[in-house]
This record gives sequence, structure tokens and C-alpha cells, in this order.
Amino acid sequence: MEKGHNNTTAKRYGMVIDLDKCTGCGACMVACMQENNVPFKKDETDKVKSITWIRVYKLTNNKPYPNTEICFLPRPCQHCSGMGDHGHSPCVSVCPATATDYGMDTGIVSQIYTRCFGCRYCMAACPYHVRYFNWWDPVWPKGMEKSLSPNVSVRMRGVVEKCSFCFHRYQLAMDRAFYEGRKEIEENEYQTACTQACPSKAITFGDLNNPKHAVYELKQNPNAFRLLERLQTNTKVYYVSSRKWVRMAGDNYLEQEHKEIAKAKG
Amino acid sequence: MDSELIPEGVQRCSLGKFILWISACGVVLLIGVYAMILCWVKGLNQTNMNDAYGFALWIWADLAIIALGGGAFFTGFLRYIIGIKELKNIINYAVLIGFICYSSALLILAIDIGQPLRGWFIFWHANVHSMLTEVAFCLSCYFAVLTIEYVPLVLENRKIDKIPFFHNLSHNMHEVMAVFAATGAFLSFFHQGSLGGVAGVLFGRPFGFREGVLIWPWTFFLFTWSAAAVGPCFTILITKITEVATGKKLVKDNVIELLAKISGWMLLTYMIAKLIDTWYWATHTAPALGFTLAQFYTSDPGSWYGYWILFLEVVLGGIVPALILVTRFGRTNKLALWIAITLACVGVCTNRWVMVLQVLAVPVMTFDGWFTYFPSWQEIATTILPVAYGAILISLSYRYLPVFPQERELNPLPGQETETVKQLEEDQEEPVGKLSPAAETA
Repeated sequence: MEKGHNNTTAKRYGMVIDLDKCTGCGACMVACMQENNVPFKKDETDKVKSITWIRVYKLTNNKPYPNTEICFLPRPCQHCSGMGDHGHSPCVSVCPATATDYGMDTGIVSQIYTRCFGCRYCMAACPYHVRYFNWWDPVWPKGMEKSLSPNVSVRMRGVVEKCSFCFHRYQLAMDRAFYEGRKEIEENEYQTACTQACPSKAITFGDLNNPKHAVYELKQNPNAFRLLERLQTNTKVYYVSSRKWVRMAGDNYLEQEHKEIAKAKG
Repeated sequence: MDSELIPEGVQRCSLGKFILWISACGVVLLIGVYAMILCWVKGLNQTNMNDAYGFALWIWADLAIIALGGGAFFTGFLRYIIGIKELKNIINYAVLIGFICYSSALLILAIDIGQPLRGWFIFWHANVHSMLTEVAFCLSCYFAVLTIEYVPLVLENRKIDKIPFFHNLSHNMHEVMAVFAATGAFLSFFHQGSLGGVAGVLFGRPFGFREGVLIWPWTFFLFTWSAAAVGPCFTILITKITEVATGKKLVKDNVIELLAKISGWMLLTYMIAKLIDTWYWATHTAPALGFTLAQFYTSDPGSWYGYWILFLEVVLGGIVPALILVTRFGRTNKLALWIAITLACVGVCTNRWVMVLQVLAVPVMTFDGWFTYFPSWQEIATTILPVAYGAILISLSYRYLPVFPQERELNPLPGQETETVKQLEEDQEEPVGKLSPAAETA
């Protein structure tokens, strides 16, 4: 196994989201906004200007009633590691000011807010639309600023932000481990806010490289898939669904390929 | 009133008329400046850009004017590196147009970024793997080169030229201009290319993504090629518009036809490369990622990108002008030349539009729809700003600087026809460098 910094084992943090369990309640989105000081406006109806580090999409099989089916798909940052797992994610490679970086010891794609100058090239590069621009300065309703998390810096107007897999929680867990004389942290010591908030336990988070973590097994489920795998973004968010149309919705296929897949899998 | 500043032997409109024209342009400029200040003070919420359209009208304008301004580097390359002497009669104007285009591009970039005060981070924290870093470095350096190329022309103003220091400085700058022209051509190759690479490297965006050689996608080379091909067309177009506006012939036909011929062959070869690229992308690159050409050019809800835009870019804006310009008739017939150079400029602007806006409009995730966007008035005003700025700078340069070396010969003042012809005959016997100080400005 690769070595990360400080002689610890390199991690590959990721998620497995069971779409059969997701009810689309949006608790993950609320928890994420609260945990990460995500700003909001009075009017959030314009969704292409609305910051949601994790966004729940509503998918449909496009069939008429009574065969209509829907599926809710939570979409955090996919923390791509790119072709060959070298950290060549779509956004990291294009940022002109190295304001977004790939952590080789965690597999987490970070965003350095104080270095970002707002060119938005990373947003153009990301096919998952996980990156959000601060079109406005954040304004908190009176008194709400007291509930802001001291562990996450608030972002100013003109910079890009995105899901960090609650990286501050990883830092806190590592600090505690260091204080206690340990080099590694347990699975339950570092969990993202959305994972913990999900009432149906659809989200599982952990080190995809670590056989002791639940995600290690879950990602090997034959019904597991990742979004847009053909683009070779090599994401670290896996989805599981027993429904074929949902799995097919994860990527683009040519008509001929659709037929071949249908023929092969019945 | 300002006659002392006007070059000798040429006629200009009255100062009142000139001020009226400059004021009209100034109004448009001020509206643009007001919109620009709004964007800087209040932020990019003044635009209609959004999280799906992080790049929009400005980036298109940026790429388009840089492509159109390519006439400066390519004409400089032809004049100084290849040594085509006839082009000395249009090189000043090509440089001026290039200077306007590049300074406008830098201004637009300064408005476009969310944190303008951190703009220098692109140099300080440079990510050498990013195409935008390459763009920033080459663009800034080339703008410096263009400034060096433009300064000698300014120093040739009648009043300034009387000051010995400036006269000698101008002369000495001419002596080393070939070095700057070569540097400019080198820098331009990279920044035009890296602008093409901006969309070409986006492997998460199948509409823009292209394979390539080493670290450079094919769009890298196509952008350089198209800028070299169409840049001179834009130089000719602006020259023709200036001729219409001033009511004078400013550049001889043989110069225009030569530049048009080179441009035509560049455009034709570019179109062959572009067609191969489009064919390979449509039949190999996109299908390998699960996309068909029909998905990119569709009438699906939210999309107005039908096959018409591909036709406009490739056929109307590429093949047609190329075929016109490579024929003698096309170059010598005034209407055909006008049509060809206009279409070529429309074609390259459409290409830049497609490579910026359509890239972002095309849905990539299967449950995404087409993304739509229409610019706010602030975006439109700041995009028109460079046009007004360009018109003002061209007007000032034309009025007070010897931009067109052939103007005196082509437009002798009443009663001075014989004198002018005599003078020109004498000039022609002398070495080229002394024909006119402006003639060698680049």
C-alpha cells in the first residue's frame, strides 16, 4: 500500500451511496450546509446560482404511468483522481493558481479559498457541477452567525467552493489521534456530516483502500457504479442500485451499446 | 487647431467633426466603463453567468478578439521573418489592431475574474499544467511586445519626432524590431494555442475534449492556425472599413491582395485540418465517451445549437471564404473580397463561441438538461466597450500618426500631385528604410 505523509498509510476516502435507500429527504443537504457554513440567499429558486455542496437530483425512467419510477441521487463532490489514480482530476489540472489540490494521502480534492481568484475554469472543467461560485458575499440572518462552525472558514464573494468531504473533521480526528499517540484513525472517528445525517443510512463513508471499512466491501457490489466512468475521471463516490435503469443513468451510452447491454444482462 | 500634430501631406477632417465622432464613441465607452465599475464594485452578480455557465460572453469575446488580433503576429512574421516587403505598407495597422485587441482582452480578463485584486496569483502561484497559466504568461508578454511595436509609431507623430531623443529612440527601435516581431510570433503561437487548449483539455466535457500530441490537444494547433489565417482577414476588414469611413484609399490593392492570398491559403489548409478534426471527433472521440454528434447538435428543450451552427462555422465561415480568397477573381473583385473577409471573421468568432459556450451548454450527466444563458446589460456593455475603445484609438492614431505609408501617394493634396509623385519617385530610389519612417514601424 502506498505511503502517505508522516509515515501513515495513504488513504482513499470515498462514499458508497445506496440509491435504493435514499428517500430524497434532503437531510444530507441541510447537514452539509450547517456543517460547512454554506451561504444562502433569501431567494434560492434560481438553482444555477444556489450553493449546495451536496445536491439531491431526482431521476426518472421517463416511462408513462403506471410504469413511472423515480430515484433520488445525492451528488457530493466526486473527488476524482483521474486516469491512473495520479490526482489528475478535471479541476485540479486546470486551476491556473493551484487553488485546488489533490491530497495524495487522503484522495480528497481540496479548495484553497484564499488563493482562488475566481476564474471559474474548474467549474467549466467539472462535468458533475459540484463547484459553486460565490456570486454574492455571504450574509447570515441576524443571530445566525453565532451558529457558524469555527472549524470551517466562510468564503467571500468571487471565489469557488465545493464539498471537501468535511476535511476539517479529518483534521480534528488526526489531531486527536496524534494527541493520543496514534498514527491512524478508526473508521468512526472521521465521518462526513451528510453520512451521519442520513436517516435511512443510504450514505456510507470511509477509506476505500481499507478492508476494515464498510465502503471497501460495498463498492464491490455488482450493482455498484460511478457517475460518468467513461470519462476516466475515476471518482471516489460509488452508487448502488438494484434497478438497471438507474445504473444506466450513471453514464452515457450509444444506442447500439444500450442494446448490447440489454442483451447481455437481460 | 491641431494641424501641427497631423502628419505632413495628408488631409484630415475638421477638429469639430473629429471631436463629435470621438464623443459619440466616448458615450459608448463610458457606458461600458460604468458597467465595468459595477462589476468590480458589486461583483459578478451583475452578470447573468451562473454555476453552469462559469464562462460566458466575456470569455468568448476574449478568445474572439485574440483570434482576430492574430493579424499582428502573423503579418509581423511574414514581414520580418519571411521578409515579404510589400507588407510594410499594412504592418503598422496590423500592429495597431493587434494592440487594441490584446489590451481589450486583458481588460476583459480583469473584469471576468471574481477577485480582481488577486489576479496576480496566476503568476505567483502558477500551475504549470494549466492552459490558462500559459495563456496569462504569453498574453501579458505578447502585449508588452505589441506595446514595443506600437510605440515607434507614436514617436513618429510630427511634434514628437522633432524632439531628438524621441526621434533617435524611434529610429533605434526600428533597427531591432525584427527581434520583437520574432518574439511576438513565438509568444503568439503559444497563447493562441493554449487558448485552444483551454477547452481541448477538458476531458470531463466531451464536446470540447480532443486528443492530441504530448500535452497539447488538437485544438491547440487549430486555434493557432485559425488565428494566423483569419487575423489578416480582420486586418483587411478594418482597413476596408477605415477606407470607407475616411473616403480615401489607404493601402494599395496589390498589398491587400497579397495578404488576402496568404490568408486564403492558410484558411484553406486550416479548414482541411478542421474537417479532419471534426470527423475524428464525431466518429471516434465522442462515441468512445458515449456521445453521438446528434446529441451535440439538437433541438432538445433548452438547446438552440442545431447543425446550423456547425454549418455556419465550417462551411459559411470557413470553406466558402477560403475558396473565394484562393482565387484571383475572389481577391480582385471588391464585393467578393468583402464577403470573404467578413465570413472568415464570422467563422472564427463562431468557432470561439462554440468552444466556450456550447461546451458548457451540452449536458454531460444523463439527468442534466441543456443549460441556457443570456448576458446581462452589464456584460453586453463591457463587451462593446473594446469596440468603442478601438474606434477611438484607431481614430486618434489615424489622425495624428503616419499609420498608412501609402496614404500620401494614393491621396495627393490638391496642387501637390506632381510634387508628391516626384517625392515618391525620389523616395523609391532610396533604400526601403528611408521611404517613410512609418513604413518600417512594426
